[in-house]
Order: sequence, then C-alpha cells, then structure tokens
Amino acid sequence: MALLSGNEAIAQGAWEAGAHIGVGYPGTPSTETMETFAQKDGVYAEWCPNEKVALEVAVGASAAGARVLATMKHVGVNVAADPLFTVAYTGVNGGIVMLAADDPGMHSSQNEQDSRYYAQAAHALMLEPSDSAEARAFAKEAFELSERFDMPVMLRSTVRISHAKGSVEVAERAEVAPKPYEKDPSKWVMMPAYAKLRRASLDERVAAAAAWCEDSELNRVEMRDTSMGVICSGAAYQYVCEALPDASVFKLGVVWPLPKRALQQFREQVDALYCIDEASTYLSDSVRALGVQLDATPAALPAQGELSPASIRAAFGLDVPAAAAPEEVPARPPALCAGCPHRLVFKELARAKCIVCGDIGCYTLGALPPLSAMDTCVCMGASVSMAHGFELAGRFGEPARVAAVIGDSTFAHSGITSLLNTVYNVGPGLVCILDNRTTGMTGHEGNPVNGITLQQRTSRELDLEALVKALGVDDCAVVNPNDMRAVRSAIKDALANSEALSVIIFKSPCVLLRNSFVPGAPYFVNGNCTGCGSCISLGCPAISKEDDGRAVIDTAACAGCGQCGQYCPVEAIEQLEGSAR
Amino acid sequence: MSTTATTSVLLAGVGGQGTILAADLLAKTAIAEGFDTKLSEIHGMAQRGGAVTTAVRFGETVNAMVIDEACADCLLAFETTEALRNLHFLKPGGMIFVNDVAIKPLPVATGKAAMPRRARERLQDAQATLVDADELARQAGSPKTANVVLLGALSTSLPFSEDTWHEQIKLKVPPKTIDANLQAFALGRECALGTR
Repeated sequence: MALLSGNEAIAQGAWEAGAHIGVGYPGTPSTETMETFAQKDGVYAEWCPNEKVALEVAVGASAAGARVLATMKHVGVNVAADPLFTVAYTGVNGGIVMLAADDPGMHSSQNEQDSRYYAQAAHALMLEPSDSAEARAFAKEAFELSERFDMPVMLRSTVRISHAKGSVEVAERAEVAPKPYEKDPSKWVMMPAYAKLRRASLDERVAAAAAWCEDSELNRVEMRDTSMGVICSGAAYQYVCEALPDASVFKLGVVWPLPKRALQQFREQVDALYCIDEASTYLSDSVRALGVQLDATPAALPAQGELSPASIRAAFGLDVPAAAAPEEVPARPPALCAGCPHRLVFKELARAKCIVCGDIGCYTLGALPPLSAMDTCVCMGASVSMAHGFELAGRFGEPARVAAVIGDSTFAHSGITSLLNTVYNVGPGLVCILDNRTTGMTGHEGNPVNGITLQQRTSRELDLEALVKALGVDDCAVVNPNDMRAVRSAIKDALANSEALSVIIFKSPCVLLRNSFVPGAPYFVNGNCTGCGSCISLGCPAISKEDDGRAVIDTAACAGCGQCGQYCPVEAIEQLEGSAR
Repeated sequence: MSTTATTSVLLAGVGGQGTILAADLLAKTAIAEGFDTKLSEIHGMAQRGGAVTTAVRFGETVNAMVIDEACADCLLAFETTEALRNLHFLKPGGMIFVNDVAIKPLPVATGKAAMPRRARERLQDAQATLVDADELARQAGSPKTANVVLLGALSTSLPFSEDTWHEQIKLKVPPKTIDANLQAFALGRECALGTR
C-alpha cells in the first residue's frame, strides 16, 4: 500500500501496463505524472517543446507498435487538438493514453475548460478516475481499451485527483512486447480518400466502445434510497458520497461515450434523478441528449469553480455547518521571488510606458502590484503575436509602444512561430525573452533552451540568439537582467527605432536553481534611507516598509542580487560583508 | 458510507514554509495507524510566497479530499495571519495550533495594506495554542524542523501513538537530521501539553 497522488498513480498504472514511452509538456496540475513515469524502470520518457509535438511523437511510437503515455494540462489539449482529432480516425497500433489534467477553480490556469468536451468532439474514449486507486487502475486499463477499440484513450483528471493523495495497491509491471509495424496507408495516411474510409471505421469503433461501456465495471451503480438518484464522476463523486449519503449513485468512470441504456435503466429505478456537474454542464447536457430526463436541484449548483460537499448539500436545500464570517486579513498573493531575474525587466518596461503583452509562466506575476507591468496574458506564445496585433491596430489609430515578454520555455513552446510571423510580415516592435534557464512555474523542468532532458540524457542548449537571428531579426542583444542600466539602455535603444523589430534576450538563472544560481551576500538598509519608496516599488518579498516609511531588508530572505541598490537615490542599500545566506 | 468518524486537519501557511512536507508526514502516520487517508494540496501559481493550504482527512472511509468551512477538527497554521485567514474553516470546539510568527504579505510590505490587528489576542480568544516553533526548532538543533515542532503540538490532539509518529519521522527525514526532528517533535508536544 502506497500513499500516491493521482498523478503518481497514473504513472504507476501506465508502468504496470507495460507502457514503453512517455511524452508531455509540463503544466499544472499534470506535471508530476511524467516526472514520476520517467523514474520507472525500463521506460523512455521525454519532455517535448509543446503538447502537439508530444502527441505526434506518441502517435508515431504507437504506429510503430509501442504503448505510449502522453501527459498535459487541459489547455495543453488545445495545442494537441490537431493530431488528436485525426488520430481518432487512424486509431492506434500500440495503445495511446493521453492525460488531460483539468483545473476547475483555476488554481494555476487561465481558464477552467472541461476536457470531456474534447473526448466527445474528437471521438476518443475517455475515463475519469475519482481517487488515486482508480487513477492507477484506469490508467492501466486504458492501454488495453486503446488497443481493443483501436482508438486513443483520454484520461481526465482534475486538480483534486491529480494533486490529492490516497492509498493505492500497486502491482508489478507486465512486460508487453511492442507490436510489429505493418505498412498500411489506408490506416495511417489521412488523405481524403483514406480518411473517408477511416471516418466510417471510426463510427464502428465508437459503436463498439459504446456497447462495451454499457456493462463496463468502470461505471458503477450504488443503489441506496431510490427516492433520489445522482449521476456524477471524478472528484464530484466523492463529494456526493459525503453530501448525500443516502442517495443512489450512478458513478461514471467512462465519461465518453456514455452508457445510454444503463443510464435509462437507472432513471427508471429512482424517483428523482440529478446530475452533479463541476465547472461546466458537460455531464447534464450529455445525459439529457441521451433522452434521460433530469430533475433540477432545488437551488442551483455553483456554475463556476470547484464543488465541495457543502455546495452540493446547499443545492439540495440541506443544512450545512454554519461558519463564522472570514476574518479580515490582508491578501497574500504570490510574488516574484527575492532575486528573481525578471523583476527589473518589468520595472523598466513600465518606466518606458510600454504596453506589455505578457505570457504564461512565473513572470505573469509581473502583472500584479507594485510592478503592474503587464497588459495582456492569454495563452502560450500569445505575447509575441498579440504585440504584433497591437502594433497593427496602431496603424489605424493611435500608435503605441508595445513590448512582448515571454519566457524561455514558452518561447520554445509557441513563441518561435509567432516571432517568425512578425518577421515575415515586417512588423516592428520589441520582444523580450526572459531566459531564466528553466521552466520555472511548473517546478523547474528541462526544456530545449537549457538542454536538460527528462531522463538526464546528454543534449545541447538551444542557441537562442542564433535562432532569433536566423528567423530574420537583425537587432538581437543578450543582456544581464540584474543590471539596471543595461536593461534600461537596451529597452531604450530598442524602442528608439520604431521601424525595427528588436529582440532582447534577458539571460540569468532562476534563483531557485540550486546548481546554477549563485546567491550573493545579503544587502541591508543603512541610516541614509529617506523612505522614498524606490526599492519598495520593486515588489521584492525581502524588502518591506517600516511604520516610519523607511525600508528594511530581511537578510534571511535576501538573495543578494543587488537589484534594489541600483534604484536607491541616496546610497542607503549596502551589501553585508561575508558570504551568502 | 458514514463519515462521522472522519477527522479533518487543515494545514495553512505561506508558500515555501514546508506545509506540504508536514501534511505528507501526517498522512503517512495516519495510514500507518490503519486509517483510510486522503491529502489534498494546491501548488503551482499558489506558491511563490502566496497563501497555501493542505487538507488531510483520515477515518474508516474517507471520501472528500477537501474540507468545507466549519468542518475542520484541527487547524495547524504555520503563521498567524494564515491562522486568522482560515479560522472559519474550524468546527466549533476544534483545536488550533499556530506557529507564533507573523510574515508580512507583499501588500503589507509595500505599504498598501496593514497586518491584522491584535492577531495573537484574536487567536487566543479562539482558544489557539501558540507555539514558538522557530525557537523550539533552534533548541532542537535545526531551524528547519519548525514544521515537525508543529506536528508535535498537533499530535497531542490526534489518536496516533508516539511510536508511529517516530517511525514515520525516521522514514521521512534525512538520516542526519533524525535526532533533531525527534527532539523537535518532543518539544512541540511538551509545548502543547504544557499550555493546556
């Protein structure tokens, strides 16, 4: 018996199923799945630049006969959607299992889209576990199902499955020989003539899967009081068990396709039937579409965000524990770390009065006060393309200074094609690549820029400067982001020429990288401080304002970067003698 | 499907304080004592010095991995502001153990907000046990054992044997730090028992 997170359990199940290969792109809450899988014996695993590439690698490996696990967060499925929809047509040779980790409540994401719609739209079988034990079991079963029905199988988790831990019985790995590859263009070459045949085949395969799911043990009916029946899946099932302990429950483990006949039977066995949906109406809409009539809960369930036992009880008009009003306390938002090499770039872009198109990563925190230096953040790579759009709109109205800010991993993920577009269409502007030598927010994974691979195979660092120049950017500089004057003059020079496209690569390691970040001796504030607030405006968590307005540096938290001292107009910030913290 | 016997512990702190490690140790001890156990945490954007909570629930059969308002049996807070922020998750009569330290959130550090007034008094009014975990950790031989000091204090309210805790601590922490961690656990226990 092991205490495993849902992500660890999925990796365990895939390993037990004999999966040979793992591919993915880091993204909360999916990341630990591939990190765990990569540690297992006898497997090959790699991080890819993005989810589309990962799924395509998976399709190739599957065609060649291997069992493959592909992992990503929900918004990563958007990126992988192109191959996904067509691999449903081709089907598989070795099994393909694709994890889509959703984030209802948006703890670490830009939206709370429901990946179950993808299964429905792409016609891919989808399983949804409701705890770690099921995560392991479903992942294992998914490989069998993928090969049996000749289709990719999606595994849907949510943050409360991926990042919740529970007891799991584990087993040994079953070694599975890769299947032989047989050339078959009618299956693998999706040109119209063959695709039309596979479209018909898809309907047959889906029909077979739909027939199987009517009696699948992955779906479960728990008959209790027949006055009330509830249909649910995933984490919501656990909440229903606590909120409505007497209700009869149809727990779906297969969330696409749905077991039409079994659900219709359940409808007849209960007096009232409800569907518990979290953050979307996927389940209730889909159940109704089968002709299964649902009753409305006395009060509405929350339409957005996560459910909990209390929110379900409240929807049924049942009592919930009375809670005192929350205490009034100051908010504690996340912040860029002390010594973060991104900080001065935001400070100086704000000083230059730029419109800043941001991107996905730690540096999105540059949008928060006191830096408040970001205007937009939409999706991976959008900084560069949106900045181009801002510039284009300016040609019809008020021209504005626009800068794009994108991290190293995000640039490799989706920024390269965006930059290529700006070059191709001769768009001017400033693109700042924040190269902190890692994929920071998700936990410091390797990426093509730092050349660190998932299983520590020797690789090479991407020469970002050479790449940018090869794309056609003549004005490309590499700048130390901890040097205020260098940052300021690089941004000033780039903005001075409104006709040119400039790229500045701000290169300095993340302070959390133990092997490459070298902390300096901490700084302190001396008696010269006038309380002007210049250093406070950097939003460094090691600096705070005393009651008299003067600044104080927490030497235990200070990373010794010296950024603040460069902003002090009265030389009140000094470095302690001696070694780092 | 009875859930009346489930015990819910909410751990609250500031990203980077070691709440997740403490929650893991608590969950493993509960499992070693034969309880069905679930733990739920949030990481990613919620870290980087932000407010974090982790839920640990154990009992005969545990379903939900989250804790609703007014449903926590115990609140283990690693910082006083975070204790106040999560006070309404506590059941009436629930136990509160708080690391007696205040860490300024960024809006306070930048002068845009103020720390809560009379935080310690408000917590004492709520019958919280304030633990000087940082000082006790130093006494135990390592400032990094503050989270185990807090677990020691929490352990006085949970039905696990000291031996099981000790076994799990030995399995979890680096070998060189076992003695300091066991001492930290003992000091946390003494503190909680002494102040009651």
